[in-house]
Amino acid sequence: MSPLKRVAYFFGLPILLIALWWALSFGSTNFFVPKPVELAQTLWTTWIGPRFFDDVLPSLGRLAVGLIFAIGLGIILGLLIGSTRWLRNLLEPLLEFFRAIPPPVLVPLLMLLIGVNDGMKVAVIVSGAIWPVLLNTVEGVRAVDSVLNDSCRSYGIRGFARIRYFVLPAVTPQIMAGVRQSLSIGLILMVISEMFASSSGLGFTIVQFQRNFAIPEMWSGIVVLGLIGLGLALIFQFVERRVLHWYHGLKEITHDS
Amino acid sequence: MRKQRNAAAGPQAKALGLGISGIVLFFLIWEATPRLGLVSDRYLPPASEVLVRLGQYLTEAAFWRDVADTMTSWALGLLIATVAAIVVGLIIGSSRFLRRATHTTIEFLRPIPSVALIPLAVLIFGTSIESTLLLVVYASFWQVLLQLLYGIADVDAVANDTAKSYGLGRLARVRYVIWPTALPYLMTGLRLAAAVALILAITAELIIGTPGLGKQIALTQSGGAISSMYALVLATGMIGVLINLAARIVEKRVLSWHPSVRGEVVL
Repeated sequence: MSPLKRVAYFFGLPILLIALWWALSFGSTNFFVPKPVELAQTLWTTWIGPRFFDDVLPSLGRLAVGLIFAIGLGIILGLLIGSTRWLRNLLEPLLEFFRAIPPPVLVPLLMLLIGVNDGMKVAVIVSGAIWPVLLNTVEGVRAVDSVLNDSCRSYGIRGFARIRYFVLPAVTPQIMAGVRQSLSIGLILMVISEMFASSSGLGFTIVQFQRNFAIPEMWSGIVVLGLIGLGLALIFQFVERRVLHWYHGLKEITHDS
Repeated sequence: MRKQRNAAAGPQAKALGLGISGIVLFFLIWEATPRLGLVSDRYLPPASEVLVRLGQYLTEAAFWRDVADTMTSWALGLLIATVAAIVVGLIIGSSRFLRRATHTTIEFLRPIPSVALIPLAVLIFGTSIESTLLLVVYASFWQVLLQLLYGIADVDAVANDTAKSYGLGRLARVRYVIWPTALPYLMTGLRLAAAVALILAITAELIIGTPGLGKQIALTQSGGAISSMYALVLATGMIGVLINLAARIVEKRVLSWHPSVRGEVVL
């Protein structure tokens, strides 16, 4: 495919849609639908400046801390639970139940237990985002190749070396699949925890705009959330490609043969 | 024969026993924590109190009305999202041109967290059930669509070409080549979407105040009826478990012909 064609494919539909939006909203005075130019201006004036440091950065910080804890704890606990049979049997039904609880209901609960502060918001993110990583890790550890497992044992590879060179690589594809889900759940919970109980942060600000009928500002907030989601997805893709490059290569080979 | 089955059932029964004792242990710890004063029972009531409250709820008509509200928005939203995703997915998936042209747009729209639409839903629909539906449909639509597109991308080119040279039309190919290949992916998407739809349904009720269990949780929390709140949280968890189980059963039923499911029986 020529580069020109590739660019056309990449930008074609988005440009078409924006043009359509622009044309349809050109003469309209609909209160709810902002015009593209107006929205772009609002996006700039609303979010670049003090609000960026007061609302956006703290939200992102909490999201980052929450996700790091969720992923780290998920992997460690997952390895532990997955490699101990009795522990796995003991906890599996319980974990299934915890995973099935819709994480947003934990917001009022953790508000009571911890109070309304940054710790609560991080705890909400951790408590929702940990399950996909944890359960996927458990599942992955359980499903490791038994031949490789036996080889490891007969070569006397055990303890840390076994986890580092055998279990962890074998489980990484599953862990990454879990992380992908955790990212979107974490973002959702970041917004909800701020919408439900907060006086700052992205979620709070957007709801505030809506209550004051500041419609273009509200839309710009939605766009900012979208951009954050997109940013997370891009970072994930980059990391996944690095971490799992061997796996994708392997899959291509086995798929071809 | 019989002996063998018993031998096979042994570890399973043990696992089941351990699982049950895990749950019992959890409730014992929960019961003990407030009783020993580790956490004030104003914030964490003992498990027995919450379970009794849950039992009371199960006899109340108002509780079942809330459950019905939540489940209606869940089911309706999931249905709309699935039908829309299948139609859009088959249209996009059946043409190379459309697949390429829509790629960036889909990749851009997909990661937008559905909760970002909460203010919009409130503005347009207020606290009616449509608000919930908007969020549920948006969130589950992408889950199903993406899996379906992966599935269609997985269609064996040789099988497709063979069908073409045997004179199967576009519709027939969709029915007999693309659909069976994509079905397992679609079921995965559906399973994920079923869980996501419940999360969003409860979220909308919690934040916007549309009728349902989520609204009740917010009300009991602000009203200080703490054991009621915990009972409702337990109830949502149980609904979640039931949905997961149901999704897995449906998946197994629909894909009973598929090697990945047939294989499980043999192993």
